[in-house]
Amino acid sequence: MIDNHILAPVFIHLFTAIIQLIAWRKTVSQRFLSVGGTFIGLLIAIRLFAKVYSEGSLHMNASNWEAPFGIVFVADMLSSTMVLLTSIAGFAVSIFSSVGLSRQRMLYGYFPIFHFLLMGLNGAFLTGDIFNLYVWFEVIIISSFVLMTLGGRKAQLEGAVKYMAMNILASTFFLTGIGILYGITGSLNIADISIKIKAFDNKTLVDITSIFFILGFGIKSAVFPLYYWLPSSYHTPPSAVAATFGGLLTKVGIYAILRVFSSIFIPDDFTKTLFMTIAVLTILTGAFGALIKTNIRRLFSYLIVCHIGFMLGGIAMFTKIALMGTVFYLIHDIMVKTNMFLIAGFIRMVRGTMDMHKLGGLYKHYPLISLLIALVLFSLVGIPPLSGFWPKIYLFQDAFVNHQYFFIGALIVGSLVTLYVIAKMWAEVFWKDVPEEVELEDKFKELPLFKKLLLVVPILFLTFVTLYIGFNAENIITVVDRISNELLDTSPYIRTVLGDKAFDQ
Amino acid sequence: MELLLILVLGLLYAAGVYLILRRSMVKLLLGIMLLGNGTNILIFLLGNIVKGKPPVIDGNHNVFQDIYADPIPQALILTAIVISFALTAFAIVLLKRVYALVDTDDLDNLNTPEEEDI
Repeated sequence: MIDNHILAPVFIHLFTAIIQLIAWRKTVSQRFLSVGGTFIGLLIAIRLFAKVYSEGSLHMNASNWEAPFGIVFVADMLSSTMVLLTSIAGFAVSIFSSVGLSRQRMLYGYFPIFHFLLMGLNGAFLTGDIFNLYVWFEVIIISSFVLMTLGGRKAQLEGAVKYMAMNILASTFFLTGIGILYGITGSLNIADISIKIKAFDNKTLVDITSIFFILGFGIKSAVFPLYYWLPSSYHTPPSAVAATFGGLLTKVGIYAILRVFSSIFIPDDFTKTLFMTIAVLTILTGAFGALIKTNIRRLFSYLIVCHIGFMLGGIAMFTKIALMGTVFYLIHDIMVKTNMFLIAGFIRMVRGTMDMHKLGGLYKHYPLISLLIALVLFSLVGIPPLSGFWPKIYLFQDAFVNHQYFFIGALIVGSLVTLYVIAKMWAEVFWKDVPEEVELEDKFKELPLFKKLLLVVPILFLTFVTLYIGFNAENIITVVDRISNELLDTSPYIRTVLGDKAFDQ
Repeated sequence: MELLLILVLGLLYAAGVYLILRRSMVKLLLGIMLLGNGTNILIFLLGNIVKGKPPVIDGNHNVFQDIYADPIPQALILTAIVISFALTAFAIVLLKRVYALVDTDDLDNLNTPEEEDI
């Protein structure tokens, strides 16, 4: 069904960013515009999700050029769910950053770039054209480069060099893959390629092409041999920025893997084995890296890597149950990881440091907020009935059915290490007394009540969403069930984009 | 013509990968640029290089009768060039700032002990 409103999530952020550029250096109005823009964006995303949920996939042809000739935008369940999650996370981060960010950074255009980043994310989720996906990826990485370097501290710039080099390299691989794919199918439309590639005889060439996509998306989503840039750069930008990055950017890679490998390169034994090996090693390296870190944000960075492995393992099995687990974990992970980095920003605000050895006594001074944070941490660990628990059931169950015992082992190690590092963090940051030699500099206490609320409300909001995911898992499972059906059988997707004529030949 | 382009393409990829593996920041930048240009040539190659065959269908037919010069790869390359232009401009400024702060060209020295900020 054609619906031009599916581009609204892209345009709302574009317009917000442009208006903010007009209000250059007026930080107060930029803050209001940002919170307003993300709020309207959230409403639009909810409307889009509700429409796709009730009426099925929507699509829109740019300039009315019929697919496969023009660029097509498609909103199926997976896309609209991702847009909804992006909008929720964007709304929370936007509120948090109105207080949690230094005035200097706002003066030099934090908010417009943040909205360009959200625009790029929404565009990447909604597009149905593989080259257009590349362009949206570039929009995302250029915005994220600026956000990462904004402020210009030494550590930030050093992290940004690694981040930049790896991400440009990933884009080059991705573009190479697109080039070869165009050479063998003569099309750029994902639905059209997925039909034409079935008729292509040389399966070896298709497999080699898929390697380029694995490399490109693998660097983006930080999987095992390609993850080094993530822990060495994500701890450097301000927490509000790190929350957007940690919550959303690596998940775009997972989304792209899900989209491309469900439609174009259907995983065969070779790809499945490759994904499974990568997944197991990603979980283990992420877990072992997290064990030794004492800086909270570095620890969270390694946990991101570890949990990317969970999702990739689900994709590697590529059965209905496993994909349900993957997508459920994706939904849970975006909410929780965004929240974790916001919490890291809160802790930094309260204590002036993120080193566990210098932290302590948070539970004594802020008992209610600590309990709120505990709920988030429990969700991350996956204590039933909170949100991290449900996807793991699916992943375990299907790993047993498919005899993937290495993956089961890695899942157990990964979950246990997550539990261990979170327990260690809880003991060090919240229960331990403040170390004697450390002087407290509590910026949070000096803030007026309204600004305090602006810092805590986003954490509270994301926690509520996480609790909803956990306690109303049956609703999420309904959504996830439909998404995994769409991923396994892409003919509804193809029918939406190309119409019935695609199946006539 | 194709053979020449294939050779250039291979050379650009090889040089790009080699330069990226070096430890110097400037060579990293050059390597990224060479790889990007190599990719552009690859896309160009995959769209059938022919001379004097514009993508126009003459009035007597409904579809193309012969191999034609495909315009889409050129549009793709144009987009990719513009994007890589922006990325390269950003990368040059970033590396210049890093050089001013760290005072070295060696990528191995980019590991200042953690400092913290909000």
